[in-house]
Amino acid sequence: MKAPPFAYHDPRSVAELKGLLGSLENLRILAGGQSLMPMLNMRYAMPDHVIDINRVDGLSGIEKTADGLRIGAMTRQRAVERDPLTARHAPVFVEALQWVGHVQTRSRGTFGGSLCHLDPSSEQPCVAALYDAVLHVSGPRGDRDVSIHDWVLGYMTPALEPDEALLAVTLKTWDGPHGYGFEEFARRHGDYAIVCAGALLQLDASGKIARAAISLAGVDVMPVRLREAEALLVGRTPDAATLAEAAACAKAIECMSDAQISGDYRRKLAATLTRRALTSAAARAKG
Amino acid sequence: MDGIEEKRRIRLVVNGRTVEREVSTRKHLGDFLREDLRLTGTHLACEHGVCGSCTVIADGVPVRSCLMLAVQAEGMVIRTVEGLAEPDGTLHPIQEAFHEKHGLQCGFCTPGMLTTLAAVIEENPSIDEAGIRDAISGNICRCTGYETIVDAALSAAATMRQGA
Amino acid sequence: MGVRYFGASVRRLEDPKLITGRGTYVDDIAIPGMLHVAFVRSPHAHARIVSIDAEAARGMPGVHAVLTAEDLGEAAAKPMILPVPAPIIKQAKTQYPLARSSVHFVGDTIAVVAAETRAQAEDAAAMVMVDFDPLPASVDLDRALQPGAPLAHEDSPDNLIATLKGGFGDAAGIFAKAPHVFRERLELHRGGCHSMECRGVVVRPDPMGGRFEMWSSTQVPYMVRRYLAEYLGLEENGVRVVAPDVGGGFGPKAVVYAEEYALALAALHLKQPLKWIEDRREHFVATTQQRDQIWEYEVAADADGRMLGFRGTGLHDNGAYIPYGIVLPATGMASFPGPYALDCVDVTIHSIFTNMVPNTPVRGAARPNTCFILERAADLVARNLNMDPAEVRRRSFVKTEQMPYTTGMKARDGSAVAYDSGDYGRCLDMAFEHYGADFRARQAAARAEGRYLGLGIGSYVEDTGLAPFEGATVRVQPDGKIHLQTGAAAQGQGHKTVFAQICADLLGVRIEDVTVEAADTAAFPLGIGTVASRVAVVGGSSVHMAASEVRTKAIKVGAQLLEAAEADMELEAGFVRVAGTDRKIALGDIALKLNGLFGTPMMKGIEPGLAATSYYEARELTFANGSNLCEVEVDIETGAVKILRYVVAHDCGRLINPMLVDGQIRGGVVHGIGNALFERMIYDESGQPLTTNYGEYLLPLATEMPRIEIVHMESPSPRNPLGVKGAGEGGTIPATAAVISAVEDALSPFGVRITKHPISPQDIVEMIDAGRPAEAAE
Repeated sequence: MKAPPFAYHDPRSVAELKGLLGSLENLRILAGGQSLMPMLNMRYAMPDHVIDINRVDGLSGIEKTADGLRIGAMTRQRAVERDPLTARHAPVFVEALQWVGHVQTRSRGTFGGSLCHLDPSSEQPCVAALYDAVLHVSGPRGDRDVSIHDWVLGYMTPALEPDEALLAVTLKTWDGPHGYGFEEFARRHGDYAIVCAGALLQLDASGKIARAAISLAGVDVMPVRLREAEALLVGRTPDAATLAEAAACAKAIECMSDAQISGDYRRKLAATLTRRALTSAAARAKG
Repeated sequence: MDGIEEKRRIRLVVNGRTVEREVSTRKHLGDFLREDLRLTGTHLACEHGVCGSCTVIADGVPVRSCLMLAVQAEGMVIRTVEGLAEPDGTLHPIQEAFHEKHGLQCGFCTPGMLTTLAAVIEENPSIDEAGIRDAISGNICRCTGYETIVDAALSAAATMRQGA
Repeated sequence: MGVRYFGASVRRLEDPKLITGRGTYVDDIAIPGMLHVAFVRSPHAHARIVSIDAEAARGMPGVHAVLTAEDLGEAAAKPMILPVPAPIIKQAKTQYPLARSSVHFVGDTIAVVAAETRAQAEDAAAMVMVDFDPLPASVDLDRALQPGAPLAHEDSPDNLIATLKGGFGDAAGIFAKAPHVFRERLELHRGGCHSMECRGVVVRPDPMGGRFEMWSSTQVPYMVRRYLAEYLGLEENGVRVVAPDVGGGFGPKAVVYAEEYALALAALHLKQPLKWIEDRREHFVATTQQRDQIWEYEVAADADGRMLGFRGTGLHDNGAYIPYGIVLPATGMASFPGPYALDCVDVTIHSIFTNMVPNTPVRGAARPNTCFILERAADLVARNLNMDPAEVRRRSFVKTEQMPYTTGMKARDGSAVAYDSGDYGRCLDMAFEHYGADFRARQAAARAEGRYLGLGIGSYVEDTGLAPFEGATVRVQPDGKIHLQTGAAAQGQGHKTVFAQICADLLGVRIEDVTVEAADTAAFPLGIGTVASRVAVVGGSSVHMAASEVRTKAIKVGAQLLEAAEADMELEAGFVRVAGTDRKIALGDIALKLNGLFGTPMMKGIEPGLAATSYYEARELTFANGSNLCEVEVDIETGAVKILRYVVAHDCGRLINPMLVDGQIRGGVVHGIGNALFERMIYDESGQPLTTNYGEYLLPLATEMPRIEIVHMESPSPRNPLGVKGAGEGGTIPATAAVISAVEDALSPFGVRITKHPISPQDIVEMIDAGRPAEAAE
């Protein structure tokens, strides 16, 4: 299980990266390598060129902007997990990262890499969808922003042209106090989820739900926002019956099936995990 | 590609020693350590990033050496199982504890367990059993059932707390 | 003699190099000029090979050779040797080192590519163009014997390897009269080896020709030597096989594989050293697996819940070839009726070819199958009679006063199976005494809160200490250190430590002064192999015999030299001493004297050397036993199973090193938990394996595994000088049964009956949804 031969490039600047993207064909971008490297070792990926962006200046780091939390594409999961800005502005992300792989993979794996790899069961696109993330993409033909909701074109296929790279992601974090919950079911700790659910709830002064967001992964090729449930929740008191009623909306999702996991089981998990995530979020929202 | 092996010269520090080698760009760090540096303590057991046997400590954090190209280690400081003991041969507390608590049987996953646990416990000697199990959840062992590894890690953590 | 090491939890001699990265596993061996091999393997479960075009591959950078069966000619024209022939085998099909005209499972070996690096060998292997004519594949075990079923071998009349029948008593009469008869169908699933070290082979041909050395990650170096020498037409003396440090075996490394044959053939052909290291993807398709069976059975019970008889028919999937003959179904057969004193057993097992990876023993061999079936049967009786499952077992167990107990079944050699010692009821009671008596109350309280707890039991008996023999040489060196050589290979069990414990006690030396050299055919002439929980029993006994002989000789010589009576001599701290005095002579000095000096005649009547070689011949099996208790909590919404407690009461006779025995049990239990809840090797309808990486095939991880609480009972074996019984598989054998039993108990409010393993959370949710009542028909 050794990687096939390829030409290796390690640009140092975004400009240099763009130059390579514009001039090479059949290339793969190597970020944290936690998905691409196994694919190379198993020869599922056979690129002529590997562009390693680990040494490109300015792709790592987290900053608070007017729009939310801007996270460089090369920011390691370990760094996201430990950055005080994440804990402060997107605590659900910290919780979700506890489910992502293992200590050794989080030390290399990157947020941007996960959003480009797009495993349907991955936690990080689920969090991105929860925060209506905006993905900042760049290539020799210019820069553009793509909403997470337009990002997934199909199974493990991001809306990225062959000559483009993801440089950063902005999570539109919520201002003011709010509650959060993240629940996952996987066969073993650290596995990709079968289904995972994230929830955010903000209450108004009277204790009613003012704002809600629910995102699921593992049910479809892309993370799914449970808009119907979100709408149902707004204006209601977050009691157990209401949360269960909202969670039941997940039963309407047409879920994918594979050799091991049926769509029906995923649908049941989606409802259960949504309810549990909402329950945590409600408890935290109430403080 | 035309099949001609592309190579690059890299320089890094491994177990306190600066090494410089020419290496195939497609070669992963695990193979580089084993074949080019003959540090065969780092074991390859899955080469797709799940089993943890190949774990080494890169710039202070545990990483899977099968999921990094050797060329990516340029300029890095790498610690392998061979570099856990003191230069005078004094074993790292985690090595001592593995011996004491029967934390290994066939020994094949052991280097990855030791490097992972050394890094994790050095960072947080107050780690508890749940933390240890979480830390080694990316390291597969077929022999022990994990319990004695956990016991060894708890024992090493206690030793390191006292030493701190 | 004061016993110092035997029975103590001595730290392992193996550890110091393994914890510092200084072990020598086969992939750590590098020989100048060595080429790296990748195999071209079949991508089809069953196909004819129309043609092979290796020209493009031969021209690839770094490639030295691409060898097919045709390139190796007459040397590779025969199928591999069947190690365990038996007259009832109808179709003795073994693999070819490299496939000739057809392939029979995904992973079947087709060509050897030798290149300067493994990466280059893989580059070229991908360029070997094989034109296949795909054939229908035998994948459905349930249908494999039906007329018209796809044939696993295109030239076979059917898929039947052999039909085994066994039993005793008047089954027809007993079942006709029994107060209760329950029946059901069970499906048992295979699992893989998954030693963390995959297999691997390094071969160095002798520059003088006709001989070679091989380092292989094997449990059976002497079998590798025997069959390769025979196949290649070489003297055994010309084949040296060494098992270096081996990173786990678990049974599948006790096979002489096509890759070992092919590497030897290719190295002799190319006159160059070769290395092949199995990668993990190959391990999934080329290393043997085991346990797929389908059973229809009936159990008879009396009105009080004592099991009276068992009868049934099993279909045993043996995969594409029979590298172990009928050892698996025969072992499964001989393992009835487990720990139970039944009045009759009537069992038929059909061993069947499928186009999947060949089956050979995986930890426990077929014993976990038989245990699973019998334990399901015990639970079925308890459930239908509304009895405590522990009570059904107690009433059905062989009683200690019945020992030695002849079960009525025949062992593989035709001898009667006779349990030697033990108290199965007491062992189960010990498990409960440790576990506590409040489970049913806790279970009821939890259910009132909507939580589902379950308790499961798994009881077993295991035959250990398999014939024929192992041997050892113990030699005292002039520096006083003891050199111990044996054929018995180890894969992590700690045999060196155990042997050194036995030896150090007898010779009165420190364990650190004993060095053990094992599993090198050039260092010790004969050996069998590490299988079937036999090494501590058989190898340990041979060490005991050899060391005892050395001890006797040291006393005899020491007494002469010290001019004292032999009866007054003792061995301590490396000296032979006249007890109670300071008159002593070092063992090393005796050795030096017996090693001889130029011109100085030897002592009269004393052979040279302070050394002895002994073989222990195992003539009777010795039977370990135990009972496991497993407590689980099931999340009925997600189907998640959490193991809350796991208790093992274990009896493997005298414990040589309790710490190591506990290690064997823990690892074994976790292997069985894997078979119950995680490990599933999925093949599609065309015989393509779908779970060929560790993201898809789930091994147990630290986060999901419980602590394993162990209590020991010691019923010494009367059948060997140490009183020991094997401990390598006793953890695995009952574990799957115990876990499944526990999950079923947790789900009893839903009427769930579990008739297969493994079970996934999805299965559990589906079973709850089905909410079906017990299906057992009376």
